[in-house]
Amino acid sequence: MNQNGRFSQVFNILFCAFMLAPIVVVMGVSLTPEGFLEFPPSGISLRWYQAILDNPDFIEAAWISLKLGIVAATVASVLAVPAALAIGQGKFKGREALQALFLSPLMVPTVVLGIAFLRFLSLFGLNGTFTGLVLCHAIIITPFILRLVLAAVVGLDRTVDRAAESLGASNWTIFRRITLPSILPGVIGGWVLAFITSFDELTVTVFIVNPATTTLPVRMFSHITQTTDPLVASVSALTVIFTIILMVAVDRMYGLDRLLIGEGKK
Amino acid sequence: MAFLEAHGLTKTYGETNAVDNLTFTVEKGSFVSLLGPSGCGKTTTLQMIAGFEDPTMGKIKLAGRDLSAIPARDRGLGIVFQSYALFMHMTVAENVAFGLEMRNVDKAERKRRVADALELVHLGHLANRYPRAMSGGQRQRVALARALVIEPELLLLDEPLSNLDAKLREEMQLELRRIQREAGVTTLMVTHDQSEALAMSDRVLVMEKGRLQQEDSPFEVYERPRTSFVSTFLGKSNNFEAELKSVSPTASQLLIGGRALTGPTVNLTPGTVEVAVRPERIEIVDAAEAVITGTVRERIFLGAQWMMNVATPLGDMLVIRRNAGRREAEIGDTVHLSWAPEHMRILPLNEVAA
Amino acid sequence: MNEKPWMMSAPALTLFGVLLLVPLCMTFFLSFNSFGFYTGIENTVSMENYAEVVSDSYFWEIFGRTFAIALATTFFCALLGVPQAYILYRLSPAWRSIVVLIVIGPLLISVVVRTLGWAILLGNNGVINSALQNWGLIERPIKMMYTSGGIVLALTHVFLPFMVLAVWAALQRKDPAVEAAAESLGARPFTIFRRIVLPQVIPGILSGSLIVFSMAASSFATPAILGGRRVKVVATTVYDEFLNTLNWPLGAAIAMLLLASVMVIMLAWNRLVERRYGEALE
Ligand SMILES: Nc1ncnc2c1ncn2[C@@H]1O[C@H](COP(=O)(O)OP(=O)(O)OP(=O)(O)O)[C@@H](O)[C@H]1O
Ligand SMILES: [Mg+2]
Repeated sequence: MNQNGRFSQVFNILFCAFMLAPIVVVMGVSLTPEGFLEFPPSGISLRWYQAILDNPDFIEAAWISLKLGIVAATVASVLAVPAALAIGQGKFKGREALQALFLSPLMVPTVVLGIAFLRFLSLFGLNGTFTGLVLCHAIIITPFILRLVLAAVVGLDRTVDRAAESLGASNWTIFRRITLPSILPGVIGGWVLAFITSFDELTVTVFIVNPATTTLPVRMFSHITQTTDPLVASVSALTVIFTIILMVAVDRMYGLDRLLIGEGKK
Repeated sequence: MAFLEAHGLTKTYGETNAVDNLTFTVEKGSFVSLLGPSGCGKTTTLQMIAGFEDPTMGKIKLAGRDLSAIPARDRGLGIVFQSYALFMHMTVAENVAFGLEMRNVDKAERKRRVADALELVHLGHLANRYPRAMSGGQRQRVALARALVIEPELLLLDEPLSNLDAKLREEMQLELRRIQREAGVTTLMVTHDQSEALAMSDRVLVMEKGRLQQEDSPFEVYERPRTSFVSTFLGKSNNFEAELKSVSPTASQLLIGGRALTGPTVNLTPGTVEVAVRPERIEIVDAAEAVITGTVRERIFLGAQWMMNVATPLGDMLVIRRNAGRREAEIGDTVHLSWAPEHMRILPLNEVAA
Repeated sequence: MNEKPWMMSAPALTLFGVLLLVPLCMTFFLSFNSFGFYTGIENTVSMENYAEVVSDSYFWEIFGRTFAIALATTFFCALLGVPQAYILYRLSPAWRSIVVLIVIGPLLISVVVRTLGWAILLGNNGVINSALQNWGLIERPIKMMYTSGGIVLALTHVFLPFMVLAVWAALQRKDPAVEAAAESLGARPFTIFRRIVLPQVIPGILSGSLIVFSMAASSFATPAILGGRRVKVVATTVYDEFLNTLNWPLGAAIAMLLLASVMVIMLAWNRLVERRYGEALE
């Protein structure tokens, strides 16, 4: 039941309009038939979507971002899941410090991370390489996976592990057959969130790419700082649509608010 | 030689002895209950037998072999956890099949044995359900089937019925006993419910504060409690102090509330002792035969019985009288109480009166 | 006996040790090196970079502007986000799931895209100015691009979802019956919000503010696109030192000062919150 009064309803509508405004504007502008930014568009044309096809830069960058997001999110999951199990289930010295370390990329200003990675990678000749990007992105997105998996792990009933053990299961079997299926929603939710974060990441990435590994956000950023034309709007519109599809999927599966607050499935 | 033997089993957590020098045996094929109040160390004992806790001291032997070096997963025991610990993401059949898979039992045989186990617990028709969609009693039986299907040498049950409502609990007591008998499996069950322990077991081990108080058949622990704690923990009991004057091989002389009485013989030295009398063994008699006289303070009608609380010089006494269809003493009436000497249990004095 | 947790964390620990802790330390040391236009980075140790930043009013202005923008953004996020979270909390479940998507969803959309939207809205020939001119409300466009105000507006949009989420989480922890209790005692809706709900979600507002402030103080994309060269903040200055001027040691010193000030503010804030609300947070 909606318990909000009239004033609250007006506030709610204005708030939603504010949140949607820049996104709607970008989507609208991308449909213009003209050669300049225009809103509302004077007509509807897919001219600027077609233009993307003539700009292999953007397509190339989109592929790199896609690959980077998938690989980095997977690497981060493989690292974060056992760490979350250790932190969530064990009582050991240094547990809190470990958790703080793995969450620390959320605390350090992203520019600082960016230059630190740049400094390190350039000393080892890894700057601008795909490997370098993957490792740095894995660090940035690990906290997101860790938080969600941790929430799932904390809710686990340890006696279930004991039951499996008493039936003869090895530690690996217990993990694969019992633990993993129970925390899977958390892992998948964390993976998707990590993927999106990596896919959108700009501030760190801008320091550590070279022309051959430029990601989509970096490509768009440098385009916008030089000129704002409807081309970048149509590229933006496509990423928005892509994100919305992912978003609705995780919302159905996990609940967007819980995904972002970092709480477990109830 | 006993099937399961525990020798001097001790578990210390920091300062506290959760289990203190526990020694007991379980015969093959029998149903034994570990009974005691909350926090007395029952679960800890069970976990040590299962292999999930390492004893601080002491030994556990199963069929003659020492278990201490054998990890939990190789002990081959069937365990039903208090919370059932079902695998929620697997169907009933998959839950039950899990232990067989771990033993690499081939598919056809696995299927047959799962079906048999589910038949045993009357759940054959629910094989493809998920535990989430089942009642407490059904889940309990899944847990039981899962533990039994691996044909364990020993079945360990940790308060298996405590999550069930009263009616279901009674049904499951009978059911569990039937299944245990049909499977013929040696069983050790933990419970804090004395009536459950009495109803189901061949033998009862009574524990308090980590120590074994008494090990006997249900009838014996009820009829011949050896400590004040056992007398009050199992059933209701009126306990009061008395003077033990002398002991002979056939009888003992007691002074109770200033009256001399003859009681059963006892292995105690003369001095202050505690005497326990069950409320249903107390009779209301004429003034001349009275051991003690008091005033009825409360009276509750329970259908088959009357329960009375009588204030006496020895303290409040609980008296239970069968409803014989006639008038009973009213509140405020003076009543004379007596009991047969053989119904007195003479126990060492318990400092902390129960 | 407990080495298993360490074994399980070892891979992640290695990555974080090698690729996070080492680079951060290296950057810290880099900030003490010096830079010559022809010689590049020289392996000396001195405080000259810090001295340069501290003594130059140009950098004071940049740091001042950065924290002013962050503070203003935090203020507006709280002002708008707190009531919106409460409205969200009181919506019917069906509406709530839609509004949640609208309010929190933008968090998942690239900051570059959202800032582009604001650039289109705020430009001199942008949507807002054209509309106002068309309606005859103004004669000449209001300058919004390349101003701190424009950056605050866009950053408020970018970080609002974090505030809503933090307050939303706090709202869900409170006993849902307290509002009914207050109402049964005769309180009006606004009084209930002010006297009953607000005090209970203050820990959420404070933690949300902390997140917004620290992210706003180090934000890069929005000030870079909306502020350009003219309205520089710390993050864009660091970017220029690293990728344009190539004076890495100076850039590292600026970044370290940013890191230190954000950390100090966060710790002080946490202290304050714990002292004031430590018990309420239990
Ligand atoms: N891991 C532990 N650390 C410290 N003390 C413990 C631990 N596990 C149990 N104890 C203590 O040991 C004692 C026995 O606990 P145990 O779980 O065996 O009791 P129980 O008889 O099973 O009780 P209940 O009927 O409530 O289940 C308790 O006092 C408990 O507080
Ligand atoms: Mg227990």
